[in-house]
Amino acid sequence: MSAAGPIVAAPVAISDWGFLFYRIRKSPLTVLGILMILTVLVFVAFAPWLATHDPNAISLRARLAPPSGAHWFGTDEVGRDLYSRVVFGGRLSVGVGFFVVVIAGGVGAVVGCLSGILGGRVDTVLMRIMDVVLSVPSLVVTMALAAALGPSLFNAMLAMAIVRIPFYVRLARGQALVIREMPYVKGAYIFGASNWQVLRWHVARNAMPPLIVQATLDLGGAILMASALSFIGLGAQQPTAEWGAMVSTGRNFILDQWWYSAFPGFAILFTATGFNLLGDGVRDLLDPRQKGR
Amino acid sequence: MTHSPLLVLDGVSVRFPVGMDWLGRPIAHVHALNGVDIAVEAGEVLGVVGESGCGKSTLANVLTRLVKPTAGSLAWTVGARQRLQIVFQDPQSSLDPRLPVWRIITEPVFLREHRTVADLKRLAGDLAEQVGLRREQIGRYPHEFSGGQRQRIAIARALSAQPDVIVLDEPTSALDVSVQAQILNLLADLRRARGLTYILISHNISVVRHFCDRIAVMYLGQIVELGPAADVLARPAHPYTRLLLDAVPEIGRSLDAGLAIADTELPSNRRLPAGCFFRDRCPFVVDGCERPQSLAPFAGLTADNHLARCHRAADLVEDIV
Repeated sequence: MSAAGPIVAAPVAISDWGFLFYRIRKSPLTVLGILMILTVLVFVAFAPWLATHDPNAISLRARLAPPSGAHWFGTDEVGRDLYSRVVFGGRLSVGVGFFVVVIAGGVGAVVGCLSGILGGRVDTVLMRIMDVVLSVPSLVVTMALAAALGPSLFNAMLAMAIVRIPFYVRLARGQALVIREMPYVKGAYIFGASNWQVLRWHVARNAMPPLIVQATLDLGGAILMASALSFIGLGAQQPTAEWGAMVSTGRNFILDQWWYSAFPGFAILFTATGFNLLGDGVRDLLDPRQKGR
Repeated sequence: MTHSPLLVLDGVSVRFPVGMDWLGRPIAHVHALNGVDIAVEAGEVLGVVGESGCGKSTLANVLTRLVKPTAGSLAWTVGARQRLQIVFQDPQSSLDPRLPVWRIITEPVFLREHRTVADLKRLAGDLAEQVGLRREQIGRYPHEFSGGQRQRIAIARALSAQPDVIVLDEPTSALDVSVQAQILNLLADLRRARGLTYILISHNISVVRHFCDRIAVMYLGQIVELGPAADVLARPAHPYTRLLLDAVPEIGRSLDAGLAIADTELPSNRRLPAGCFFRDRCPFVVDGCERPQSLAPFAGLTADNHLARCHRAADLVEDIV
């Protein structure tokens, strides 16, 4: 591979599944990350069957009950089963994470690649806009946006996605700048491709690996941020079960009923850690320069 | 061979601005092509030779419409688009690593018209067989092929749009010597079968000698000599052609036996020399070289279409014979 090539995956990773599994097996942390994410995804997918109670069923006689055989994670201040709420809350938290990353990554990839391909004034203007967004701390911007749009989970997601776009734009643009100079792109223009076709057939495909790594690493962060927004009351609203919101309410009872905040908090920790481990593993797999480490 | 021009370049010049002053005006220009006149004839193999920086690549870019001439024109005799395709030097980087081979081969087709996947695969399979690959291989990715096979894929891609002219930009210089001959033979077979016209850009004189009908020698963005391959190589009329041919190592001749000018450098193309562009490096300089030279026939030649951009061409040819 030429020295100035973009950071592309060793194409081996696509065609040779056996070799891929071999390399994953060699990295125990990646395996751990995959197992953690699979666990989370199983709970998300089969929440109605894995939950023991209706997450919103109120039972005032069993208020703030400690963990027991009937309520594995205990109950909250209106007697709702915390285990069931954590299971259903996962749907929301993980869903928000995916939504944010897919929107930010998708928009960022297209804008970044276009910016890199077109160059010139379009590129300059786009990059300066991104610099402005980047220059303000992202949590502050998210809070401001979410507060301005009104406190709801959807607005929080939108705000989080907007704040994350610049990272993907920069990454995609850097890749596009390198790929643009490859002879196969020059060839595509000779064969009659438009800028859009070059983006679709060549630049997007080859710019993908680092974007996927970034997205995987970002999932954990997005889930954390969604929880943080819910914690300060700008995300999911009562009575919706959501991890951050549960930690937030549980905070009032933290001295006497530790389980209220602890279990949703642990769920956040578990999921974010899993995605980070997976992201690190994917990065090592896709980066040929890391080979043999 | 028919002598009907297919593509006529008339005074094609290309210059690129370098640097900008504070008003956005270019400070200087790089003069990449300085008036190229040539008529490409149907069915011929035209070799374009010259050292690095002489404008060969810019000429390829003009032919493939990547670069617009600053002056002059490029005209097809029977107008139609998409009649010219290209095969690049490095088959490693000219094939997208993330596309399957059938997509690569049919790229000139599916970019322009809507075709079903089955249709494209059938076309790719047919072309793969014509360039000596197996039909089953079209589902694979470029990294699964050797350099020679990749160049075959690149040739199949050039063929898919049914071009009249294929620009071959040093098609064999990135390949093993053993594979070079195979690719050249394939190109020769395809030319016979399909009546193709090739423009071969190369600095490998032996490839040009065996493959080309005509040769254009380029120097500083101009054609300095143009003629039948055998004539130009055996009886070079322009001093630069002699310099170029002397630079080719030959068995039985010492390396320093060539013209004594071999160590001089190509002058800058920012400020073009007045008069003959080769004057500063030429060992045969006389009065009259300070005037611009034109590409013209000269006395004492054996082929009537042998032209040189040198007023002493007739003397120099005799000097050799």
